[in-house]
Amino acid sequence: MTAMAQTNMQTDPNPAIVSLKGISKTFSNGTVALNNMSLDIRQGEFVSLLGPSGCGKSTALRIITGLTGPTSGRVDWPQETAGATEHELSFVFQEPTLMPWATVFANVWLPLRLKGISQRQAHDSVMEALEMVGLAEFAKSYPRELSGGMKMRVSIARALVTKPKLLLMDEPFAALDEITRFKLNNDLLHLWETFGWTVVFVTHSVFESVYLSDRIVVMAARPGRVVNDMAIDAPYPRDESFRTSAVYSGFCRDVSQALHAAMDAGDDM
Amino acid sequence: MTVALSDKANPAKTSYAASLDAAPLDEEELKRVRAARIESIGRWVVPLAILVLSVWLWDRICIWNEIPHYILPRPGLVFETLLIDWPILWVALLNTLKITFGALFIATAGGLGLAVLFTQSKWIEISFFPFAVILQVTPIIAIAPLILIYVDSLTASLLICAWIVAFFPILSNTVLGLNSADHNLRNLFQLYGASRWQTLRYLRLPAAMPYFLGGLKIAGGLSLIGAIVAEFVAGSAGSGSGLANQILEASYRLNMPRMFAALLMISVTGILIFLTMNLLSHLLLRKWHESALKREV
Ligand SMILES: Nc1ncnc2c1ncn2[C@@H]1O[C@H](COP(=O)(O)OP(=O)(O)OP(=O)(O)O)[C@@H](O)[C@H]1O
Ligand SMILES: [Mg+2]
Repeated sequence: MTAMAQTNMQTDPNPAIVSLKGISKTFSNGTVALNNMSLDIRQGEFVSLLGPSGCGKSTALRIITGLTGPTSGRVDWPQETAGATEHELSFVFQEPTLMPWATVFANVWLPLRLKGISQRQAHDSVMEALEMVGLAEFAKSYPRELSGGMKMRVSIARALVTKPKLLLMDEPFAALDEITRFKLNNDLLHLWETFGWTVVFVTHSVFESVYLSDRIVVMAARPGRVVNDMAIDAPYPRDESFRTSAVYSGFCRDVSQALHAAMDAGDDM
Repeated sequence: MTVALSDKANPAKTSYAASLDAAPLDEEELKRVRAARIESIGRWVVPLAILVLSVWLWDRICIWNEIPHYILPRPGLVFETLLIDWPILWVALLNTLKITFGALFIATAGGLGLAVLFTQSKWIEISFFPFAVILQVTPIIAIAPLILIYVDSLTASLLICAWIVAFFPILSNTVLGLNSADHNLRNLFQLYGASRWQTLRYLRLPAAMPYFLGGLKIAGGLSLIGAIVAEFVAGSAGSGSGLANQILEASYRLNMPRMFAALLMISVTGILIFLTMNLLSHLLLRKWHESALKREV
């Protein structure tokens, strides 16, 4: 593995940060969530996983994080030294998943606190992360005092505070209204351009995926698998004018067709 | 206009008077303000009135039926006895309180500690949970005589009895609470490589807090009940005797007023314990838990 990865790293200007190789996942109740899925996530990419409900998008993310093990196949981290148990990644869940008993500050501090960093040492990083999502003045508030969109932003700040190389997001904006979602889309894109992370973004929405990503991986259900891998090579920065452009609607049409084909392929749904 | 503005900025401070000043209130708004005011006063006045009424009725029943005071004393006489017998009753109360709070303390520490142990290892839970259930389901009054025989110190045996009654709600509630931490949060902790201790300290214990406090509320009342029952069974007189012993002794002598006075003290103690637990729970949860939050309307 290392030999291959090394040559890759030397020749490819955009080496893979994580690669799934022939991943299958069968749950104990017999559901085949993923069947022989292979996918390379390259450094600096904004990849969207798009597919009908139940096609295994969340399962794929959980396998990348290591929270769930694959039934067969493996996950490689070519850039990490062999044997590293923790990867520099962060996860944003579909729900904000904040600790209700802790302030916004303490919630964002959590990943650092678990690494043994004291409140004083973490203060600057935490405030910086809150600044990025525009919530610095809410540091002392409790989650219940925030709106749904603000909670989601706290959740994103918590993911950013560790300065991860890889950011995994599982339908983070699905529960939000359109206006908030557009705003958070822009914020996220802006942060991504500024800091050059790698993002894997799960979504149901064709429009959201086209707006955000430079690559869309379309998946089909039963069994979950990759059916299409599309490049969205429209230039960044993208803003509201991109949303209304002909290029954008062209991409949306293509991706929509690919998604419909995927849904037909996965018999029902 | 200014009043209306400041009201909007500061809804918590909108008092009845202030909203009356903000002149053109419509019918419905007035009605709502009035209803809110009636409710906030009625919350205290109605139960108090009912209480006073029932004491008065008690007094009247004694008079109307000419019930002699050695059968049912009038409330006035009970109160008088309370004052006259205060030195005896006060000492008894202190003894009972000592057992009650001692048992509550051990029950809290033991229940909490066992709960943490149970959730750390499945095998400990499987091995010891049945014992906890056995202790819980066996009526204390049936085990108490045995405990009194086997344990030399009276205080210790009273404590053990009260503890047995009080610890189970804390144990079972805390176990439930420790296991009910949000699954995604647990995943998050795992993702960030949290140790067992960190997960316990930062996730499971805070998540268990409302459940633990619920158990504590029940245990507070139960430890008083446990202490009283144990005193009844022990039936001791003399230096260590508590309120239950006073009731027993008074009943031998048909001293009804003192029985009632001791009973009154037990009830008031129980109520105070309950209120303290409520306050404690409110103080600890008011920042975040649904049960302690005021619903914004
Ligand atoms: N713990 C589990 N046990 C059994 N089956 C599961 C489990 N988790 C997921 N599945 C099944 O695996 C399949 C893929 O689930 P997954 O959650 O990955 O879908 P998804 O693409 O994220 O769907 P959605 O878009 O609705 O979130 C589904 O058919 C689901 O029923
Ligand atoms: Mg999902």
